[in-house]
Amino acid sequence: MDSPTNEYKELLRVENLHHSFTEGSQKTEVLKGVSLQVYASETTAIVGPSGCGKSTLLYLLGLLDRPESGKIFLNNSEVSSSTEQTRTALRNTSIGFIFQFHFLIKELTVIENVALPLRKFGADAKESEEKSFVVLEKLGLAEKAQRFANKLSGGEQQRVAIARAIVNSPSLILADEPTGNLDTENSENVFGVLQELAEIENLGVLIVTHNSELASKTNKLIRMKDGLIIKDE
Amino acid sequence: MKTLNFELAWRFVLGKKRAMTMSLLGIVLGIAFFVITQAQTSGFEAFFIRTILGTNGAIRISDRFQDMHGTVRSSSKDGKTRFFFHSKEGALYTEGIENPKLLKDALDQFTEITGISEILEGNAILNGISRSQTVQIHGIVPSNHIMVSDLEKQIIRGELSAFELDPMTILIGNRVAQRLMLQVGDRVNIQGRTGNLQLRIAGFFETGVSQIDKNRVYIHLSTAKAFMGKRFSGSIFQLSMFDPSKAPEIAAQIQETTGHRTVSWQEREQVWLDVFKALRVSSAITVSSILLLSGLGIFNVFAIMVIEKTRDIAILRSIGFKPSDTSSIFLWQGVIILFFGIIVGVSLGILSTYGISQIPLRIRGIFSTDSFVVNWDLTHYLWAIVIATVFVSIASWIPARRAARIEPAKIIRETL
Repeated sequence: MDSPTNEYKELLRVENLHHSFTEGSQKTEVLKGVSLQVYASETTAIVGPSGCGKSTLLYLLGLLDRPESGKIFLNNSEVSSSTEQTRTALRNTSIGFIFQFHFLIKELTVIENVALPLRKFGADAKESEEKSFVVLEKLGLAEKAQRFANKLSGGEQQRVAIARAIVNSPSLILADEPTGNLDTENSENVFGVLQELAEIENLGVLIVTHNSELASKTNKLIRMKDGLIIKDE
Repeated sequence: MKTLNFELAWRFVLGKKRAMTMSLLGIVLGIAFFVITQAQTSGFEAFFIRTILGTNGAIRISDRFQDMHGTVRSSSKDGKTRFFFHSKEGALYTEGIENPKLLKDALDQFTEITGISEILEGNAILNGISRSQTVQIHGIVPSNHIMVSDLEKQIIRGELSAFELDPMTILIGNRVAQRLMLQVGDRVNIQGRTGNLQLRIAGFFETGVSQIDKNRVYIHLSTAKAFMGKRFSGSIFQLSMFDPSKAPEIAAQIQETTGHRTVSWQEREQVWLDVFKALRVSSAITVSSILLLSGLGIFNVFAIMVIEKTRDIAILRSIGFKPSDTSSIFLWQGVIILFFGIIVGVSLGILSTYGISQIPLRIRGIFSTDSFVVNWDLTHYLWAIVIATVFVSIASWIPARRAARIEPAKIIRETL
């Protein structure tokens, strides 16, 4: 699995990842030895039928869960076995998450939602909101900055979630069905934003999607089935 | 970071105004009711204690023991000697103090004692203009007795100075005076076993203790001794103290060293003190249950909030919040509710306590008052705050711990 262009920096490398869920006495193996790489400035789509392990893989890569076995290298550092403190810090500084349901906090305004990772990192409220405003401007949401998140349309909310994911300048964006809850126009809009971010901000973007049309527009397409990568193109 | 957790907690509280207001109301009412009930019960208790100290003194020394064996024992604890008095059925006494002057000299060695009044007690019939009544005579030295009682303040008609200056005058309890329809300046006749005595009424007193007000009269000690034919013995001592709470200890020491039966006000009024204590504790328990219910209400609100906020918690975790951060958000919410609950609850407690103290309420019997008696005591507020803090802490800690245990990946997976 080589990078399409060798000049791209490797952000993420996964080696032989295994993971399973246990419910009662029943153990279900979800990932059966997955290996992949993600590069800077590159969009990668993971497609596959429901239950094939796409989302589980994404959460393992996002350090929200620990794999049973295998290794995850983020910026050349092995992180799957690192301490919870390190993983928490990496989630704040190096990884940006986008989910199907934007998961914005309804009690906060748009700009406060976007500023959360910066505030968590230690920046003060004023500095965080200034930086967040710049990101919202880039995404065409500047005029909505002071509105409460739940007063926006679905497409706008997802763009706010993207702003929150990139505000801390992470190197890797992980998106789980980011357009799954949007109409075609908004889906293309959001996808366009992610592609632009990868190119302009030099980010690695890994998208889990069912939308094969959008997946075909990414730099790399990974097909999964039954916990295995069956095609990497 | 702590500020951010607090800010999120504040927003979450504001986001659930109705539920949080109900929780806050519970804490406010719990604290206020606690303060009010404690102020009343301890107010009446303190007033009762003031009344009985002002009437019968802190310590009373009466009969001389003939048999000390088995009535007093001492025990050493932590290098100190403590004394315990056991009223022994069948113990033999000599009525009254054996040698008042010697005993007085001995009592001068006790630095805690601020005043000593020698009293000669006896019964007689008081004959008014048209009616008669059996009364309890207290022969006193006025200048000594006002050192160990509130007699000066208890005079409701007439003058204490008139009584002090003339040994052939009498002070009469107001209920006796009412019953016999007496007036200040009237001449009355007291009739005893040894003869009659004509005295002029110098004034009426009211202690508030109906048993005293309807039976007691004060005459001069010298007059009483002559009237009762007890020139050298038979009197008792009433003592006042700097710190009346030490009365049991001092009483035991006096009894041990002088061989006279010595009773502290705590022992003398134990029945009433136990009643007040029971009232105070039972009202504290009853009102604490309001705080407990408020705590359960808060627990309920927070537990539901944790369920409602699982997705928010998951997303916070995904952007770098630690489990301890998510739990602190819920603990901060508890702190916010508690803080405002204390501020408003204490304020309401102060205002209500003042309001209640203005309500007219005529009580005569064990003390005399014409309005609710309240006690302004900081410890009532501190106890209310401590109890509220304990309940709110537990109510917020359990949901906070649950919030910290949320596995973000599982929540996000289940939401999709």
